Amino acid sequence: MNNSATMPSGTVGRLLLRGLLAGLIAGLVAFVFAYTVGEGPVSDSIAQEQAHSAPAGHHDHGGGSAAAAGGAEDASAHEHAASDAGGEEEELVSRDLQSTAGLATGVLVYGVAVGGIAALAFCFALGRVGRFGPRATAALVAGAAFVTVYFVPFLKYPANPPAVGNPDTIGKRTALFFLMIALSVLIGVAAVILGKRLAPRLGTWNATVAAGLGYAVVMAVLAFVLPPNDDAIPDGFPAALLWDFRLASIGLQVVLWTGFALLFGTLADRALAPAAPAAERAPVAAPAV
Amino acid sequence: MAQSVLSPSLPSAGSAPASLPIRAILPWALFLGTLMLVLLYFVGAEQGATSVFSGATVHEWVHDGRHLLGFPCH
Repeated sequence: MNNSATMPSGTVGRLLLRGLLAGLIAGLVAFVFAYTVGEGPVSDSIAQEQAHSAPAGHHDHGGGSAAAAGGAEDASAHEHAASDAGGEEEELVSRDLQSTAGLATGVLVYGVAVGGIAALAFCFALGRVGRFGPRATAALVAGAAFVTVYFVPFLKYPANPPAVGNPDTIGKRTALFFLMIALSVLIGVAAVILGKRLAPRLGTWNATVAAGLGYAVVMAVLAFVLPPNDDAIPDGFPAALLWDFRLASIGLQVVLWTGFALLFGTLADRALAPAAPAAERAPVAAPAV
Repeated sequence: MAQSVLSPSLPSAGSAPASLPIRAILPWALFLGTLMLVLLYFVGAEQGATSVFSGATVHEWVHDGRHLLGFPCH
């Protein structure tokens, strides 16, 4: 048994606060990456989208009504649902705002949210997954989150640039996307628990390998069974552009989770340090926060 | 395995750091977990597959982030 009774219950709250903060800062770094690396492919994809939707007119994007704002053709409004709602042609949010404040909002809120959830996972994992200190546990949780929440679901339902997407199937695609994430996380957690159970019998290494293989095999079967993404990449959509967009999407998540792992690991390590037996060492300037 | 003196700051001591009691985490998990999932919903799915608010302003505002974060946007 662990001497968990000596841990102040306020520790959880303090760790979660640090998780939110680390998620916010990591989100800021990820936003800088997304803006510099990801916005090029997004803008190019919107240009593709407009070039192809002009004759068909099914997927209305505002035409030239707002082209005067930016001067360039690419800068015209990118809107879809507005035309369904009230037939309005004016753009709701300009491309300039979408690519700056809008992108920042999305990535920062995402960073805070996953930071908070990852900090919760850290609280459960600390001292339960093995002989890992706070920083190593934070790195393991962040790595596991990247793989189970983003990368494995991405292999089945990858991120798609603006040009791709049939509005009629958005409900089904969204449901499948979140279902894939939920199953991946559930099976990932089950694999960790299974690995812990197997460890006394198989040894730590073999149990870890067995759990990892188990997760991979179950996810492979699921990916095979679940229906494919209804998104067909439009004919003529540049392959290099699709690659650039998806690489930027992966890069954003790598930056976010790396930043979170390093920041939160350090913050959690400091937050937990004062709980060490005071008799053994002189207190090393414990932060008063 | 019940004997070791556990100190979270000294992982090199060869034992796992003290774990946090589940009963101390669960209320936080319910409260913060729900709140964070609501945030993720608004970034990832609001005014896409389903809508709490009418219109498309939320969708358009987080449009680029939604695409780059991997969510099905439209």
